[in-house]
Amino acid sequence: MEDTIAAIATAYGEGGIGIVRISGNRSKEILDKLFKPAKNQDRKSIVNRQLTYGYIVSPEDNKIIDEVLVVFMKAPSTYTREDVVEIFCHGSTVSLNKTLSLVLDSGARLAEAGEFTKRAFLNGRIDLSQAEAVIDVIKAKTEKSFELAIDQMEGHLSQRVKELRDGLMDLLVRIAVNIDYSEEDIEELSYEETLTSLSSIGDKIEKLLSTADTGRMIREGLRVTIVGRPNVGKSSLMNALLRESRAIVTDIPGTTRDTIEEVLNLRGIPVYLTDTAGIHSTEDEIEKIGIERSKLAFNRADLIIFMVDGSLPLREEDYLIADQIGDRKVIVILNKSDLGKSVTEKQIKELLDNAIIIDAAVIHDKGIKELEDSILNLVYGGKVSQEHSDMVTNIRHKDLLEKAKNSIGDAKKMALNNQPMDLIEIDIRQAWEYLGEIIGETVTEDIIDQVFSRFCLGK
Amino acid sequence: MSSYLMGTYEVIVVGAGHAGCEAALATARMGKKTLILSMNLEAVAMLACNPSIGGTGKGHLVREIDALGGQMGLTIDKAFIQSRMLNTSKGPAVHSLRAQADKMLYHQEMKKTLEKQEMLDLKQGEVIDLLVEDGVVKGVIMNTGAKYLAQVVILATGTFLGSKIFIGDNNFLSGPNGMAPSISLAESLKGHGIELRRFKTGTPARVLGSTLDYDKMIEQPGDDEITPFSFMNDDLECEQVPCWLTYTNEKTHQIVRDNFHRSALFGGDIEGVGARYCPSIEDKVNRFADKERHQLFIEPEGLYTDEVYIQGMSTSLPEDVQDQFYRTIPGLENLKIVRPAYAIEYDCIDPLDLKLSLEHRKIANLFCAGQFNGSSGYEEAAAQGLIAGINASLKIDNKEPFIIDRSEAYIGVLIDDLVTKGTNEPYRIMTSRAEYRLLLRQDNADQRLTEKGYRVGLVSEERYQRYKERKQAIEDEISRLEKTIVTPSIANPFLNEIGSSEINRGVSLAQLLRRSEITYDLLEAIDPERIPLSRHVKTTVQVNIKYEGYISKQLTQIERFKKLEDMKLPEDLDYNNLHGLRIEARQKLSNIRPRSIGQASRISGVSPADINVLLIHLERMNRK
Repeated sequence: MEDTIAAIATAYGEGGIGIVRISGNRSKEILDKLFKPAKNQDRKSIVNRQLTYGYIVSPEDNKIIDEVLVVFMKAPSTYTREDVVEIFCHGSTVSLNKTLSLVLDSGARLAEAGEFTKRAFLNGRIDLSQAEAVIDVIKAKTEKSFELAIDQMEGHLSQRVKELRDGLMDLLVRIAVNIDYSEEDIEELSYEETLTSLSSIGDKIEKLLSTADTGRMIREGLRVTIVGRPNVGKSSLMNALLRESRAIVTDIPGTTRDTIEEVLNLRGIPVYLTDTAGIHSTEDEIEKIGIERSKLAFNRADLIIFMVDGSLPLREEDYLIADQIGDRKVIVILNKSDLGKSVTEKQIKELLDNAIIIDAAVIHDKGIKELEDSILNLVYGGKVSQEHSDMVTNIRHKDLLEKAKNSIGDAKKMALNNQPMDLIEIDIRQAWEYLGEIIGETVTEDIIDQVFSRFCLGK
Repeated sequence: MSSYLMGTYEVIVVGAGHAGCEAALATARMGKKTLILSMNLEAVAMLACNPSIGGTGKGHLVREIDALGGQMGLTIDKAFIQSRMLNTSKGPAVHSLRAQADKMLYHQEMKKTLEKQEMLDLKQGEVIDLLVEDGVVKGVIMNTGAKYLAQVVILATGTFLGSKIFIGDNNFLSGPNGMAPSISLAESLKGHGIELRRFKTGTPARVLGSTLDYDKMIEQPGDDEITPFSFMNDDLECEQVPCWLTYTNEKTHQIVRDNFHRSALFGGDIEGVGARYCPSIEDKVNRFADKERHQLFIEPEGLYTDEVYIQGMSTSLPEDVQDQFYRTIPGLENLKIVRPAYAIEYDCIDPLDLKLSLEHRKIANLFCAGQFNGSSGYEEAAAQGLIAGINASLKIDNKEPFIIDRSEAYIGVLIDDLVTKGTNEPYRIMTSRAEYRLLLRQDNADQRLTEKGYRVGLVSEERYQRYKERKQAIEDEISRLEKTIVTPSIANPFLNEIGSSEINRGVSLAQLLRRSEITYDLLEAIDPERIPLSRHVKTTVQVNIKYEGYISKQLTQIERFKKLEDMKLPEDLDYNNLHGLRIEARQKLSNIRPRSIGQASRISGVSPADINVLLIHLERMNRK
């Protein structure tokens, strides 16, 4: 029985739609766990080879992760000849990654480089004459991901992982020597020591994992959408951030008719900046399309910049937009502060209690630096000075760290219950192997080498 | 030299140590006319080093040998003088049985078994050459000129091949324990293209027990309740004798240090590679300089003799230094050494030259076992001997080889490690080498292996019946415990008494047994219906219930492991012409010729990408 694999099937940061592909006999079961069809449809409405509209919902807290289209394709008429599920995420890279994480948590394993193609071949989907080509694909992909891993590994992350493994190795060696040389004059590893050590290693993994979201944003970039009613200065802000005039800036409401996406290098982090057509009611057909696209951009953003004309009292449209923002991450810019101040911070806080508020006069470049700082602060969770290199930027690494953390949790539970050390060892070894997979080392011979170099044993 | 035909057999076994004995008994019991040759019949099943059998990992091997229909367990059950289950404070997977042996009795019992075995001839004589025609072995030539023909030859030369003994700065050609070495055969094997290398091992001095002062030592008695090695024995009686524990001290270490320059190990005379797990006392003092004392055990060599073995003190220092430093140890002040400690160096092969069946790659029908394959230890040798014997028989019958994998037995771990990974030192089994330890327990060895041994034709009808009865008894008892519900009014007084938390509704006995503080034996207080069961059955029942969660976790891992093991690679696969393999992988795969994708994945230098490439090619070949 093959295990079920999953991966993001589209390139990062390109295009608005990302696909999470799942292959294997648990595909449908995983989909059922995570997917809620939109109203008026029940789950049974998922029909083989038919797109279904709905939401990916985190089973833990019932939070909607993304608005998606899903398709289930029954074996064997699929690319891999296994049951395949594809989830078309409309949202940002954040929701795409979150969706994949949920899929992995629900029982799939992250696909290896080229694994869908490999399965396609092994299951007879690909013609024999293509075998050589399949090998090349696998080789190229493996080598590429290996190179990537090495790049990353030269940083501090590999150092961190090695330190964690050394800690686990120390326990493994002591358990091994207690078992295989129980009559030698060697101190028994105590439960207290084991627990202390496991807790400290578990905490360190936790810390590394907490950098994972930051790391991902650093690697894949941040999607920022600027919203606001017409003529509050959205395009001017975009221009100020880009330091070049791209969007047309006029005083006539509705000048920006389409969403414009620009990539901005904000002190090393790619930021995908989308300026939207103002969301307002209109009869103009072309404008209608623009407004629809604005809504889409709005939905998939990691961060929203809400622009308000601070020199005038809030209008109905401002309240409407604030409503749509809800509890998403938002920075509110009170623009045109040079023309007077009619909106107070308190007013904004009443609408959006978690908002970061900045006074600005965009055409005079006032408030731009504060805005950039706020965006970065968001990325780094308030720790701008933190080094990039020990961050977890790769979902494979994140996956393995999670697994290692869980194994350590299991080992701790066993140790707390004073279960035999050789059983606890199974979980510790598992954690050690998961961490080893991150840096490409899992050799049990290491343990035996250490046993003999550290302890005086034998006849 | 004039040469003459002395006999024709189906199998010839060269060497009657622990590997040779198991090999010859296996082929004879599987109906093959067998000859076993030993340079000296006093060396049959000689315990040349420590007077004990079993221990951690090793005890598991003996149980497995027994479960497959081998001899070692039966013989030690007749010849032991002390029995101990080690690691009882730890989990059931690492409980390990060890027995002190009466060396002479062990030798005599095994020799008697060989002598009585049908289809088996035992002879003294020195093999000096193999008869090989077109890459196929045909028989052996003796130093007397006698020639024996056979379809299969099994080499189990132990530490006799090209062996040299080192005591201090002196060395001389000699086999173990003053026996003659086998010099000519080593040269002949090289002539047949078999590559040899040098390994070394060592043994401590034997001294007269009556010259020791046991009042200064700590007594190490055997277990009150004796667990037999063999599944054929339920209860054994024995007047057990104790071992004794004492320690070295700074004075000992000083003498050793002062004489480092006189040790053969440091002088550079020894070219053989020794095992890290049996360091000599000079190694210990040198490498672990900050350790204030090293422990040593005094173990009786048998009831027939006053000689005792000093476990923990092997050395290649000269006799005069040995005499000095042994005397610094409490209780050993007045000792009389009767056999000095020595280091021994011998020829062996690189096990990477073997198939998993233990047949040599270069010469067909030549099987190899024991220390000749680069292992160490009586139990490791016997395990290989048994497998070589089984496979030799199967080869004669043109049947598929008998391969036990890593998920089935320590024997599988041992042979797979040797043949797939190779070894740079005499290889010793350790529980940490096994991935699926929780399933490879000593209590369930028969449940894992006896069926296989029966199918291959080695397990007797009697043993098979016992196994089936035990299997049934285990299943019945587990299901009875699952089904028997006890009420709070019956259970709670008992639970209170042993300090376990009360229940508030009826629960099954199995559920109670899963609590860490409750054992099967304790449970008897509230289980009046139980029928008396053998110790083996009770143990397995208890473990299977208590550790069910972990066991099923490992079973899932094994399922994944098996899938790769079941993908067989053709033996004649031309790796050099496989597109996409890296050069290192090509070379390694060409040399080792793995049987399966699983085995290939364990070869150092073969990457996951190479394995993917192999999978694609395998699929392509299957479709053609």
